[in-house]
Amino acid sequence: MIRAAVCALALVAAPVVALADDTMPPAPYAYRQLDDPVKEAKAQKLMETLRCLVCQSQSIADSDAPIAGDMRNQVRLRINAGEDPEAIRQWLIQRYGDYVSYAPRVTASTWPLFAVPGGLIVVAAAVMRRRLAKRKNA
Amino acid sequence: MLAELGLAILWMAASLAGLQLIAGSFSLTKDGDGLGAIVRPVAIVQGVLVALAFASLIMLFVETDLSVKLVADNSHSAKPLIYKIAGTWGNHEGSMLLWVTVMGLAGGIVAAVERRLPERTMMATLAGQAFVSLGFYAFLLFASNPFQRLSPAPQEGNGLNPLLQDPGLAFHPPTLYLGYVGLSIAFSFAIGALVTREVGPAFARAMRPWVLGAWIFLTLGITAGSYWAYYMLGWGGWWFWDPVENASLMPWLAATALLHSVSVLAARNALRAWTVMLGVVAFSMSMIGTFLVRSGILTSVHAFAVDPRRGGFILALLAINIGAALVLFALRAGTVTEGERFEVTSREASLVFNNVMLSCILGIVLLGTLYPLVTEAMGVKVSVGPPYFTPMSAVFAVPMLVVLAIGPMLRWRHDRFARVRAVLAMPLGVTIVAAVGFALGGVRSPMALLALSLAPGLGVASLLPLRGRHLARAPLSLWGMVVAHVGIAVALFGMGADAAFTQQRLLAASVGQSTQLGPWRITLASIEPVAGPNWTALEADLSASYAGGAPVHLHPQSRTFWAPPQTTSVSALHTVWNGQLYTVLGEETHDASSAATPTGRWQLRLWWKPFVPMIWLGGILVALGGLLAMVSRVRQDLKRRSVRTRSRERKA
Repeated sequence: MIRAAVCALALVAAPVVALADDTMPPAPYAYRQLDDPVKEAKAQKLMETLRCLVCQSQSIADSDAPIAGDMRNQVRLRINAGEDPEAIRQWLIQRYGDYVSYAPRVTASTWPLFAVPGGLIVVAAAVMRRRLAKRKNA
Repeated sequence: MLAELGLAILWMAASLAGLQLIAGSFSLTKDGDGLGAIVRPVAIVQGVLVALAFASLIMLFVETDLSVKLVADNSHSAKPLIYKIAGTWGNHEGSMLLWVTVMGLAGGIVAAVERRLPERTMMATLAGQAFVSLGFYAFLLFASNPFQRLSPAPQEGNGLNPLLQDPGLAFHPPTLYLGYVGLSIAFSFAIGALVTREVGPAFARAMRPWVLGAWIFLTLGITAGSYWAYYMLGWGGWWFWDPVENASLMPWLAATALLHSVSVLAARNALRAWTVMLGVVAFSMSMIGTFLVRSGILTSVHAFAVDPRRGGFILALLAINIGAALVLFALRAGTVTEGERFEVTSREASLVFNNVMLSCILGIVLLGTLYPLVTEAMGVKVSVGPPYFTPMSAVFAVPMLVVLAIGPMLRWRHDRFARVRAVLAMPLGVTIVAAVGFALGGVRSPMALLALSLAPGLGVASLLPLRGRHLARAPLSLWGMVVAHVGIAVALFGMGADAAFTQQRLLAASVGQSTQLGPWRITLASIEPVAGPNWTALEADLSASYAGGAPVHLHPQSRTFWAPPQTTSVSALHTVWNGQLYTVLGEETHDASSAATPTGRWQLRLWWKPFVPMIWLGGILVALGGLLAMVSRVRQDLKRRSVRTRSRERKA
């Protein structure tokens, strides 16, 4: 809940891959919406699934950190230019790694994230079958 | 002097916990009978002593005794009194002392009032409670002494993080801790019942008020935490699937499952092994939550202890407690029979289904929270966030909500679906109408549509158990269930509405400028400087008029604290019957050509959030339902006890 403060601290302690200097005024679309509401909605949806790299568990859509503002600007500009949201996500992943996306992809190191829920369904079905089917015969 | 006194009292309490463990355990052996008599008094005195130790720490904070390291690190003489007191648990050491204090007091209360169980089970339970407490006492005394002195004492303290200087802090952690620690009592009862092989309805009745109480506090704690994040962070989000939030959600999920299965055990003597297992899991989740938050493994301000030694200590405690409980369970599981049987179409079966679904959601949350730590250890950093958690938990939550609508209508043990089919047509109809209506109304997000259409049907279905009853004569526990289930529906509707209908407006406004946001016309009337006890701020005066009505005034601030120096924005909210207007004042914008030239235009962030307060209203209803059930159960227990005493007196 205290992420805003962490953002500020993290910036001082480790100037990560900042896109712009924070003495500069924020990028134009950091705190401004796109005029086209459809495009803005698209941008907003994407921004909510991108991680603010210097914050603790905040998306760039809810962070005051300068880098989050720069990333919002990038996302809005690219959406406005007609780019596909998933293509923008891929571009950001190339630059910053998988860490930037809140939607994990299926890779060699993340497949259990998707296999385990499937396993859970099987286990849940088995538990229920055992518990409930037995009753009928009893 | 007070610090040394507090430490000495803490040592005494810890020694009594040791005595409680030894005496409780020996009283179970053949020649240890006499020792049993001291266990209850020792547990009570231990509770009183640890409470005194905690009280002395609060006094040190109130006096701002800067020669105590913890006070110097976390307090400041200019802080308002309430935040001096709240600051006692706004740090690692203090919060751990709060933890053992609540545990000690809860153990003392159990020792003082619980007389229904066989004395041997009580001895095992109190010994178990002492065992868990001892681990935390050791952690406090050896790795996080809150009373440590500092020499020389500094002139002034470091102050408290301004985000923590909020009424939310005064209640949020203690509320969650009451929940966590209430589950420790459930855990101890489960251990006691396993050791003495007394898993049955009497055990369930003894455990139930503690589970209910813990669950009420967890519900309130999560609800308050969510609202706090919502208005403090200033971006209108209310749930982030943040590891710290998940840490409080996981015990809640386990406690919700436990609460339902303990009711089945109390009423029907079924689900014995399952209930014991959930009792172990629920407290394990509390400890895992504490481990995640306090160990520093998640770098957040919640992780006050960025100290690997402490993390290791908590991890060891975790392994010992959970491991011992699971070994005991494995040894005794064979002797705990399943209990009474039931058929597929029965209330028990629907409760089993929902228990399994809750456990699956718990599994998903645990996996998604821990997995990034696993990959990080392998050298790959990944993020698991809302796009993973929300749909994955919906896979299990949606069937659960459907069964939640049907289950309460079914009879115990055996029922026919045909009997309730006609009654269920109504909620089903409501859901279909809502789904079609919202889809035509332009709700596109599938998740939002699902929530918005399930919620009204669930709300109606939740009221159905009252059908045909005289409302004033319906038992209070039935009311409790109805209110809690309606609360789930209300919260679900709020969540769907937030995703579907929120409107946002970001703008750089000069004084006098107006903007339209949904039904609101909002004007920036002025920007004025204001000052508080330990901060200064710029405050906007926003005049907002709903659909042309009389304007209301909102005063969001951009606040600068001077100890420690930090700027935060303080949002201003206005609630009307159908939603909430959310306003935030940002910084003054600067000219694009030169950063030094102010433009006289101010960043404003405005949201119109229809029906969003229903999220927290729902949470409060859920907790209220729990409270009604608890009052009803405790009243029944007291009545039963007085009947028993009277019949005993008659015999005598």
